[in-house]
Amino acid sequence: MEEIKPDKTINIKGLVCPYTFVKSKLAIEDMEVGEVLEIILDYPEASRSIPKSMEDHGHKVLKVEKINDTDWVIVIRKERE
Amino acid sequence: MELNDEQIHRYSRHIILPEVGGKGQKKLLSARVILVGAGGLGCPVGYYLAAAGVGTIGIIDNDTIELSNLQRQIAHNTERVGMHKTDSAKKTFEALNPDVNVIAIKERITKDNILDFIKDYDIVVDGSDNFPTRYLVNDACVLSGKPLVSGAILRFEGQVTTILPKEGHCYRCLFEEPPPPGLVPSCQEAGVLGALPGVIGGLQAMEVLKLILGKGEPLKNRLLIYDALKTSFRKVKIPKNPACPVCGENPTITELHDYEAEYCQMRL
Repeated sequence: MEEIKPDKTINIKGLVCPYTFVKSKLAIEDMEVGEVLEIILDYPEASRSIPKSMEDHGHKVLKVEKINDTDWVIVIRKERE
Repeated sequence: MELNDEQIHRYSRHIILPEVGGKGQKKLLSARVILVGAGGLGCPVGYYLAAAGVGTIGIIDNDTIELSNLQRQIAHNTERVGMHKTDSAKKTFEALNPDVNVIAIKERITKDNILDFIKDYDIVVDGSDNFPTRYLVNDACVLSGKPLVSGAILRFEGQVTTILPKEGHCYRCLFEEPPPPGLVPSCQEAGVLGALPGVIGGLQAMEVLKLILGKGEPLKNRLLIYDALKTSFRKVKIPKNPACPVCGENPTITELHDYEAEYCQMRL
């Protein structure tokens, strides 16, 4: 599978809900439609809630993956302003 | 403008709303709203606008706090009896949110000063307690093209309407002239149950936030009437009147004037 190259990466390890989503949303607001955001986080609940909220806001979830014992990576493509 | 970490925390419940986000919050922080009156309505309107991070709030009132105000004017307190209402409101709102700059204007508005007071603001909020002021504020907003969120309360009933000059109705489309003094309730008749201004002021604050954010439908061409005893809300259509003396096709009111009628001071 082709590796997706993110346009921006944010590391929000240590943050809990709702600040995980707040930071992710602020990051994606500053990007252009079509650009890809990579989020690295360690709050388990957010690995489920961020993809759901991003979809509710109209964006595309490209990847949700646990990368080690504590961390997840989520990749989102901005679909709309 | 970038939001700092404290602002990201403070406004997080705004930012997560799709209709607001960081962009909407920045609009709120750069907005300028002026309140006419620091009483029953001005207190809750200013309180919620300050909490929401509306960056500049002007507030005009030349009254001082009396003990009888405190049953409903929630920005003031017992220790501040005798203090100017605008100074008290500034203290309260800035303590709630240091992002907000409150400009206290200790003046009585007249036809000669109102245009100058409102010219640097985006939105005007009327929480005044008398008809001469209500008509003066309406005419000033129509003549200068400023959006006006108007509220009124008496006893158990309140009204809210949003006037967008040129786009919709104005106060005179509804009532061309102030009522004659004899028809206005006397002081003895003009009680108000304490939480009523909270309901109406909350609705006014919501209208202001929607206008700043450009979201939802404002109360344009509508008057919302709240009956507290029945707990009922009614929305009445107010069409723009083509013959309105101030916003109609051939206006007869082209400059401001003060009504000098002898109204009993209800101080709502």
